[in-house]
Amino acid sequence: MNARCLALLATLAAGPAVAQGYAGLGTQADGFAIPAPETRFSFPEDHGPHPDYRIEWWYLTANLTDADGTDYGIQWTLFRSALAPNEAKGWASPQIWLGNAGLTTPTDHYAAERLARGGTGQAGATAQPFEAWIDEWRMASTAKTGDQLDALTLSANGDGFAYSLSLDAKGPLVPQGVEGYSVKSPEGQASHYYSQPFYEIAGTLSLANRDVSVTGQGWLDREYSSQPLSETQDGWDWISLHLDTGAKLMGFRLRDRAGAPFTSATWIAPDGTPTPYPDGALTMTPTSDTEPPTSWQITLPAQNLTVQIDAINPQAWMPLSFPYWEGPVRISGSHAGRGYLEMTGYPEPE
Amino acid sequence: MRRAALSALLSHWRRQPMQLFTLLAGLALATALWSAVQAINAEARRSYDAAAGTLGLGAYETLSDPAGRMPLATFADLRRAGWPVSPVLEGRLVVTDQRLRILGIEPISAPVASLPAGLGAESGLTPAELFLPPGLGFAAPETVAVLKDTPGLPRLMADPSLPPGQLVTDIAVADRLLEADGGIDRLLLLPGAPAGLPTEIAPALRRAAPQDQGDLARLTDSFHLNLTAFGLLSFAVGLFIVHGTIGLAFEQRRPIFRTLRALGLPLGVLLSLLLAELLLLALVAGLVGIALGYLIAGALLPDVAATLRGLYGASLPGTLAFDPAWALSGLGIALAGALVAAAHGLDKIRRMPLLAAAQPRAWSTVSARALRRQAAAGAALLLAGAAAPLIADGLLAGFALLGGLLLGSALVLPFLLSAALSLGASRARGPQAQWFWADTRQQLPGLSLALMALLLALATNIGVSTMVSSFRLTFTGWLDQRLVSQLYVTAPSEAEAARLRDWLQGRAEFLPIWKVDLPLHDAPGELFGISDSPVYRSHWPLLDAAPDAWDMLFASEGVLANEQLARRNGLSPGDPVTLGPGWVLPLAGIYSDYGNPNGQAMIALPLMLQYHPEVPRLRHGLLTDDVPGLTAALHDEFGLPRANLINNETLKATSLQIFDRTFTVTAALNVLTLSVAGFAILTALLTLSTMRLPQLAPLWALGLTRRRLARLEILRSLALAALTFAVALPVGLALAWCLLAVVNVEAFGWRLPMFLFPRQWLLLFVLALLAALVASILPVRRLARTEPSQFLKVFADER
Repeated sequence: MNARCLALLATLAAGPAVAQGYAGLGTQADGFAIPAPETRFSFPEDHGPHPDYRIEWWYLTANLTDADGTDYGIQWTLFRSALAPNEAKGWASPQIWLGNAGLTTPTDHYAAERLARGGTGQAGATAQPFEAWIDEWRMASTAKTGDQLDALTLSANGDGFAYSLSLDAKGPLVPQGVEGYSVKSPEGQASHYYSQPFYEIAGTLSLANRDVSVTGQGWLDREYSSQPLSETQDGWDWISLHLDTGAKLMGFRLRDRAGAPFTSATWIAPDGTPTPYPDGALTMTPTSDTEPPTSWQITLPAQNLTVQIDAINPQAWMPLSFPYWEGPVRISGSHAGRGYLEMTGYPEPE
Repeated sequence: MRRAALSALLSHWRRQPMQLFTLLAGLALATALWSAVQAINAEARRSYDAAAGTLGLGAYETLSDPAGRMPLATFADLRRAGWPVSPVLEGRLVVTDQRLRILGIEPISAPVASLPAGLGAESGLTPAELFLPPGLGFAAPETVAVLKDTPGLPRLMADPSLPPGQLVTDIAVADRLLEADGGIDRLLLLPGAPAGLPTEIAPALRRAAPQDQGDLARLTDSFHLNLTAFGLLSFAVGLFIVHGTIGLAFEQRRPIFRTLRALGLPLGVLLSLLLAELLLLALVAGLVGIALGYLIAGALLPDVAATLRGLYGASLPGTLAFDPAWALSGLGIALAGALVAAAHGLDKIRRMPLLAAAQPRAWSTVSARALRRQAAAGAALLLAGAAAPLIADGLLAGFALLGGLLLGSALVLPFLLSAALSLGASRARGPQAQWFWADTRQQLPGLSLALMALLLALATNIGVSTMVSSFRLTFTGWLDQRLVSQLYVTAPSEAEAARLRDWLQGRAEFLPIWKVDLPLHDAPGELFGISDSPVYRSHWPLLDAAPDAWDMLFASEGVLANEQLARRNGLSPGDPVTLGPGWVLPLAGIYSDYGNPNGQAMIALPLMLQYHPEVPRLRHGLLTDDVPGLTAALHDEFGLPRANLINNETLKATSLQIFDRTFTVTAALNVLTLSVAGFAILTALLTLSTMRLPQLAPLWALGLTRRRLARLEILRSLALAALTFAVALPVGLALAWCLLAVVNVEAFGWRLPMFLFPRQWLLLFVLALLAALVASILPVRRLARTEPSQFLKVFADER
């Protein structure tokens, strides 16, 4: 991978302005499409890329266990970042693709990334048949009927690890926010956001000298926007929780230099019915002294939820072009279960 | 005491400013020429390293399609199959009459070491600037200056580490400029790539090992050795001057030394004072020499760059970087040179009897025995030089031959001149003529060093210009013959090439120029397949051939080799030539191939296609009577880009232009050496003239007018210059023969016929006389204006 170029991309500024916020996500959205509340998803088209939006991702996390009950977590992400709001064939494409993959065990953490230009076929996504890929990393539909995302195959590899998994959705796609319009700040920055949180997974993890058969639960997030953060928002803390009751909780907290954090949550009933909550309904409080904090107290009084989440492996820092913390967590308290925690915008831990 | 002694010693220079100037100028000139050559060589080496190191694309294994560019999809397919590859797109573009080499790299996947330094994170560049039109291009500062404000090009950024004429840019920009439509020339295989070939994904691809980075340095070594030899020659000529001046200064100061010693100055202190004085002078001269050398190198560098580009395709920046190490080495050589030149004089002072009388003439008189000894040494050198190529091989032996020839004949020169003057004296009638010959002969030792310098300069001049002119004559004739086609076209792709061949049916005969690069007899080489066309038989010049060479070739029963391949491996017609594992054909003929550093062989086209079916079939030579018509049709009807088409005339003109620029450096160094030699004569005559008063005074007293004496002095200078030229001519021709038949063969692999150019000799003869005339004017004018009282004083003051 190319560090010098990644450093360049880390600014990700399409305009002359100096990049604002984490990974430049707070920069102005000149010429890009702006999410609108009245927009409704249309599938399968929206599984594919939206080049007129500045950023987009296909983001899958999974909590897995092996036959001995050991916890594992994997992450597979494909980011699309546009330098200009259009697509072109060949090298003229202004789209840049970034793949991140992670694998976390209770004792080890692996991370890898890939970077590619759009327009060449090296990386991209298609809606039908659904496929998202960068180099040999691949997330592809195996669904014979129903939605393209109902069944997937997933693979990635990096230094010291690889995984190959089959995913089978046991519930419907879930729009986040209000009908998929997810507000990110009091000023109204927003994204289009939907999830498939009902995957059951089976497959193989390959570690240094062994293959591990695993099963578990997975969660896919699809989100696209052109300016998801306001200029004073430096980063976020995001959770996706699989509760033992079969319900799911998505929540995030956007930290703001200028004031109180902005929170948002969606409670997903076991049948997939979402209940979105506006700013303030969810509270996320760090309970560890570490930075970034790997233990949190989460409350959502509207659903009588007060839980503690703890990282399965606190050392789950992703030391990549856009460094962040991402790893599986255990849930205890009013509810039990497993989930994933992502924290961005923190300085790299010592 | 020391201070007084030093001021007494230094007062000499105050009284003899001309001598001081001569000493400083001689040493400065020698240092200048030497260090100029060193600076050029250092700059060239630095630029090879930059070319090899900075854009280390050659350090990676590559995948490429012998048939031409591969489609973009091949890159994507390989990446998706887990092959870590990075695409490279290359091509040439004519922009504002400049041929520009475009190197398109993909900054995201390319290895960091191969990216231009200007792409660093600290550059403040944004991805949009890099990836969106117009994009960024990196080029050498002078290339940026030329291309600046050219529409259609990316934003240009200067990168001094890049060779001139190259534009390194994002592959998207290269694709746009070259209209490559996604095509890729090669894929760099990055660390972690699987072994073997991706046969299932792209069966056409071939894997190539990293390029040998040392190639360029090895190829250009001979050229730099050539320059170094020239630098050494100039330095030697300069040292002749210094030796003469220092010797004279020491001799003239003998009374001072004697007086100082008599006053009690210890010998050690005297010697160390003289040494200090010498070092001081050398330091001053060295500094001037370095400054001068820097200027000379800066002036010559563009031509050297052109030469290297023309001969070897090596790129050099047109500007010179100042290197302190180089300056220090220049100073060092000036000091060492001064010490060498003064060693003899210092040694004489060490052995000087305290009460010996001053002998101003002693320095310049050499016994006949010494003359014979010197001539014997010269003859030995000549023999050793001649023996060198017999004992050793290679370029060094060639230069040993040259060195032996030049130095040997320089040493023999005084003996020859003395003999010629004796002959003149024996034929002389009348006292004045007899005195003239005898006096000239008596002066010979004092002038011999300067005349030796003149001989070296003249011989080098004759030798080098004969070589260059012979080469040019041969080269022009060879070009006329060799460029058999009127038009040369290169198709952008195999598909286009096939379409081109169809299109050409009925319009013009075409000759395929299809080649593969492969090792020939363990050295880099190229193999061409040619079709059976009568133009080859009638036009292609063969140096040596079997009687039925062309029939053998086209019957696939023989191979033609270029001179380089044949000479390096000692091949003659009939000898087996190995073209590949288990593929041997007899040599049918040898053709000359000037300007090509590599070995080359030609076989019949069907044989080529049988053994190398993958040969790129892109280049063709077209035979036509209507060049403008066909050019226009190719461009307008067929749609061939202009850069892919070149006509015979342009090619010839470009080749000759490259050729001429190649030898401008040689010509410049030639002129410089000749000037140094002229200067040497001037200094020798000047120093002699001050000492000759005692010899001339009696003649004046006998009734010869000052004007008459002056005229005789001029005549003497001219006679000596003419005699020296007479010796220089055969030496120069021998030198030319060495260069053409030995050094060229060793350095480039080709031998050239020698032609004689008497008009050049005449010109040089006039130049030599002119130099002698100019050099003698100053001393003669001084003589003509000498007060009669000065002549009289000679008798009164005779010590």
